[in-house]
Amino acid sequence: MSEKLSRASNHLTFLRTLERWKPAEIVFWVALVAVQFVFPTSLVFASQILITGLFALSLDMLLGYAGIVTLGHAAFFGIGAYTAGLLAAHGWQDPLLGLVVAGAAAGIAGYLSSFLLSRGGDLTRLMITLGIGLLLFEVANSAASITGGVDGLQGVAVGKLLGLFAFDLYGKTAYAYVLVVSFLLFAFVRSMMHSPYGLALRSMRENQVRALAVGIPINAVLTNIYTLAAVIAGIAGALLTQTTQFVGIDVLSFQRSADLLVMLIIGGTATLYGGFVGAAAFMMVQDRLSNLNPQYWQFFLGVLLIVMTLYLRGGLLGGLGRLAALCKRRRDKERS
Amino acid sequence: MKTARHKRFGLAMAACALSLGLVCGQAGAAESDTIKVGIITEMSGPFADFGRHIVNGAKAYMQQHGDTVAGKKVVLVIKDTTGPAPDVAKRLAQELIVKDKVDFLAGFGLTPNALAVAPIATEAKMPTIIMNAATSIITSKSPYFARVSLTLPQVTEPMAVWAYKNGYRQVYTLVADYGPGHDAEAAFKKVFTKMGGQVVGEARVPLKNPEFGPYIQRIKDSKPQAMFVFVTPGEMPIALIKSYRERGLAKAGIKLLSTGDVMEDGDQDALGDNALGMISTHQYSAAHKSPENAAFLAAYAKIDPLRPNFMSVGGYDGMAAIYNVIKQLNGKIDGDKAMAVLKGMKINSPRGPIQIDAATRDIVQNVYVREVKKVGGHYYNVEFETFKALRDPGK
Repeated sequence: MSEKLSRASNHLTFLRTLERWKPAEIVFWVALVAVQFVFPTSLVFASQILITGLFALSLDMLLGYAGIVTLGHAAFFGIGAYTAGLLAAHGWQDPLLGLVVAGAAAGIAGYLSSFLLSRGGDLTRLMITLGIGLLLFEVANSAASITGGVDGLQGVAVGKLLGLFAFDLYGKTAYAYVLVVSFLLFAFVRSMMHSPYGLALRSMRENQVRALAVGIPINAVLTNIYTLAAVIAGIAGALLTQTTQFVGIDVLSFQRSADLLVMLIIGGTATLYGGFVGAAAFMMVQDRLSNLNPQYWQFFLGVLLIVMTLYLRGGLLGGLGRLAALCKRRRDKERS
Repeated sequence: MKTARHKRFGLAMAACALSLGLVCGQAGAAESDTIKVGIITEMSGPFADFGRHIVNGAKAYMQQHGDTVAGKKVVLVIKDTTGPAPDVAKRLAQELIVKDKVDFLAGFGLTPNALAVAPIATEAKMPTIIMNAATSIITSKSPYFARVSLTLPQVTEPMAVWAYKNGYRQVYTLVADYGPGHDAEAAFKKVFTKMGGQVVGEARVPLKNPEFGPYIQRIKDSKPQAMFVFVTPGEMPIALIKSYRERGLAKAGIKLLSTGDVMEDGDQDALGDNALGMISTHQYSAAHKSPENAAFLAAYAKIDPLRPNFMSVGGYDGMAAIYNVIKQLNGKIDGDKAMAVLKGMKINSPRGPIQIDAATRDIVQNVYVREVKKVGGHYYNVEFETFKALRDPGK
């Protein structure tokens, strides 16, 4: 009896440790706050990295935790971006209102399309998400009178944040705004993934039949997570619109979905931070390389991607983790 | 437990790497004896050709005139937008201004990229030269924009006028299905129907991987006297003209009329005999006869072995405008003063005389009617009629 109890409490402590914020996580967020003051001239770039990271987080919820493959996640990013842009262009310029409405619009789209996803396996899902993405791109292209078509949406003027802070050339307001929104959403997703719901997601990813047998309502969970991921992607899209005050049709492009997948895999899936790290690594490498050679940088990026996917299992975070393990083993050996 | 710890370490490392990356991103402060020109354009992806031509045109100008003006060294800082990516273009513009401390912005092959930069140019009072993007509205979006390339209606309307004057009454239009294509279709139709012509049919083809056969067949069946075409330069014109030959439209007496984008210089030799005799209207042909063009071609050949096109001339004339401003202001660049110099500026371009309109900051130039001919083993658009000093009819 007592043994049983102690085992239960062991499991409890294990789950509790997972849930607790680790020092490295705190360092991560503090470092992001520090960016605001240390790199005042890189804030626009930094906020675009964060936005992409948030977008990648929403994909991580699907791909990493729920095991749903998608090639059309940009659809929700684009819906959010256009919703926020159209609101701002037609007089509703409060950024927070835009964020909420954009998230809701993307969520509704996610909810509706999730029913298509609950049929069929991985390949079907790939095709369906790809199809939805292409469809939306063409709709935005054809409805040029509303969306501006390929020229992009004009006249997006975003009002002051909370009526106090205007968006400036250096991107100070933009960065702080994006950071706060990203952190809040991240904290929400984090607690969700550490809840029983998150465990249910993971068991669904590992073995659908068993998950069903244990009593996890697979279709309902799938609808939930897909809708939520869409909401977060939509909010990320809205953030991009509000900080750049422009919507280009490329927010809906297939390239965006594909790049996102690459970033997440570089960073490491099902780690929560993988999206942010991957986005930062991908975008900074892209930025550096394209500055070195604006014409042929994609070649080097390609080589880097191949090498990383071949030799860095678990992405950057996984690789760094193994490096740490190696150092620790060395240290232990020296000690003994 | 172990994995949790590794993850922790990994995270810390990642945070450090992120900060490090940004540190490296800090560029050195601007030196006072240089003038920096930030060029934002499409250097990779499907539109890489745009960027290559624009940048090489700019370099050709510097090759010909030296890189020192009014005692200052002119430096190009080239940034890649990767294609139509307005958010990237906007960020690059912001970084060029804030970090690299450039004195001019220039480039812009595609309209969305130019439009996204407008608010930044206005806020930073940054003189910005549009070297290619051709949608009419661009220059109205910022008082610090000036254009040295073209607008689509500007080169489309002369085609309609020429067609009517030369006896064409029934024309079928075929355009690429995107903003500029719709503009070209509207501009042609407006002028042509006003003069008394008739547009007997309109077709829009998708931008990506179009199959022209069915469209061409439909045009053939409706038996117009001519078809007017606008598609993006690159692969589309080649596929289109092949299809035009294969389905025998030339034999059926249906003339192909287009804007110069379709008969772009770089494609001419690839099109070969297929394009012979085709009529187009545009502002530049590599076969233009003038000492300025000869000098341009010679300078360009030292930079790039391929034949320059109208985008290269856009880059070349853009640099000419920038050099003029530096000279006039004696090396002290101020946004408002630079714009004052740019307004009404006249340049002897390789394409002929051009002027930046004082009121709209848009280009005023000759538009030529050309026919594809074989000259000395190569294929060229040979100019035979001129519409003098046209403004953008879209304004």
